[in-house]
Amino acid sequence: MGSAVNLLPASQLEPLKRGYARAVSAKRMRSLLFLACLAVAVLGAAEVTEINPALLWAHRWDLLDYFNRCLTLDSGERVWAHPFGHDGWLWNLPTWLSLLLETIVMSYVGTLLGGAVGFVLCFVASANLTASPWLRGGARRLLEFLRTVPDLVFALIFVEAFGLGPLPGVLALALHSTGALGKLFYELVENIDMKPVEGVRAAGGGRLAAVRFAVLPQVMAGFASYLILRFEINVREAAVLGYVGAGGIGYKLVEAIRKFYYSDVSAIVVLVIITVFAIEMGTGVLRRRLIGTEARA
Amino acid sequence: MPEHAAFGDLSAAAARHLPILADARRRAWRDLGVAALLAALVVAGLWRVDFGFARMLAGLTKFGEILWRMLPPTPDTMSRFLFYLHALLETLGLALMGTLTAAVIAFPLGLLAARTVTGSGILHVILHRLFDIIRGIDRFVWALIFVRVVGLGPFAGALAIAVSNVGAFGKLFSETFEAGDPRPVEGVLSTGGTKAMAVRFAMIPQVFPVILSQVLYYFESDTRSATVIGIVGAGGIGLVLYEEIRTLEWQHVACLIVMILITVAAIDALSGFVRRSFIGSEPRDPPRD
Repeated sequence: MGSAVNLLPASQLEPLKRGYARAVSAKRMRSLLFLACLAVAVLGAAEVTEINPALLWAHRWDLLDYFNRCLTLDSGERVWAHPFGHDGWLWNLPTWLSLLLETIVMSYVGTLLGGAVGFVLCFVASANLTASPWLRGGARRLLEFLRTVPDLVFALIFVEAFGLGPLPGVLALALHSTGALGKLFYELVENIDMKPVEGVRAAGGGRLAAVRFAVLPQVMAGFASYLILRFEINVREAAVLGYVGAGGIGYKLVEAIRKFYYSDVSAIVVLVIITVFAIEMGTGVLRRRLIGTEARA
Repeated sequence: MPEHAAFGDLSAAAARHLPILADARRRAWRDLGVAALLAALVVAGLWRVDFGFARMLAGLTKFGEILWRMLPPTPDTMSRFLFYLHALLETLGLALMGTLTAAVIAFPLGLLAARTVTGSGILHVILHRLFDIIRGIDRFVWALIFVRVVGLGPFAGALAIAVSNVGAFGKLFSETFEAGDPRPVEGVLSTGGTKAMAVRFAMIPQVFPVILSQVLYYFESDTRSATVIGIVGAGGIGLVLYEEIRTLEWQHVACLIVMILITVAAIDALSGFVRRSFIGSEPRDPPRD
């Protein structure tokens, strides 16, 4: 019995070895080149963003002190020791809850308005339903634009046009959601089974009938799932829009941070976290049920 | 009507398939009810946000005027354009530093939080709660806090992006480690390798493409958020944009928005290039921004 491993003769082995070495060194070269580019970029970025670890280190206790103060009442008690009452942690709870409600309402209305516009645009933007490249390209560029401009920028401009309050916030959320949802929607529409559409068209149905009876039943559950996901994202976004005066809880939070109302900062942050968490739980249940119905249908 | 002859015995057919039709009808009513409820909530919500036709009309008129005044987008002077470019570079720097720092910090934390690596359930739970808390605090709040700690400027913004990314990366990385195939790890251990060797030679080669893809995805999304984080004084083009909007310099605003759009598109293209050259054509996560 010889060896269980058959070795190739050296004459055949050599070229293989050389090829392997070449492939490995090419890969190494590419990785090294990438790392070199990255290092240059990082050095430039550190320079331009004034990165200064010494400064952070010098102020390390300030950071901890900030959290410490946020969790302490003016009376010196810990916030959780004295949550209620007019001088307690949650002294302004009714106002905060009403602003949280406003935040949720803003994101709900913004999501649905954006979803409605995105719904109409997605059929125009999908390659399998719209033959004209001009129309399709136009719809896609529009969605891309709406998606890329941050909703805070829309909110800043709308605050100038509509005045302070939740309305500019809703409009900003709606525009950004149109872009984000429109893209997800048309990707769903492009992936449908086209046979039902052909069936409706062959039976004499028009374009609208094809969308209603052949496309919608295939994509509705997906649309609803994306809408719910977007709602969840928009709740977070809406909590920020108040920073620029576009309604919701954000305004109170910025005020508390700027005016050093330490315990209010922690109270509002905790309330926002609880709200976002509760909404994620609720939407999670809804989405799972939707996916369930889709699987059964 | 002869062309409807096929429907002649419609009522008879309906009678034969009563349960099926009743079910469909019930579902149609339910869908209608859900739609009506959603629409009613939108109407109630519009009322809550002070939606009124007079206000909409006035606002839209003013908005149209603003759009008109944005044309043509221009920075007016060369020196202002260079100032904008510098702010834009600062934005890119914020995103890069924030993403990379977070990735470097979150990598060991993700390893520690992965049950399959450490075998510790307690560490997993503690670290995951920590990640949850960090992610629960919005990055604008982090930015405001860091502005208090290290002063106004881009450093505060970079810290804010880094910290909030640590929460996201820690969770993603540890999930990636846990999803890894355990067999290569067993292979290394069974041939006498140490635990550290198992991580280096069996775990990292598996997760590296996934993690790189996640980091690239966050870099794209951080670029977008770094364009606005300046609004709270944390550096980048957001502060410039905010000031131009407040002073109603609409042509400058339009110029800044165009610059942001071009930058975001360029970064998407760049990260797509890196993704393709290192990972191959990996399908990407649905965008969450």
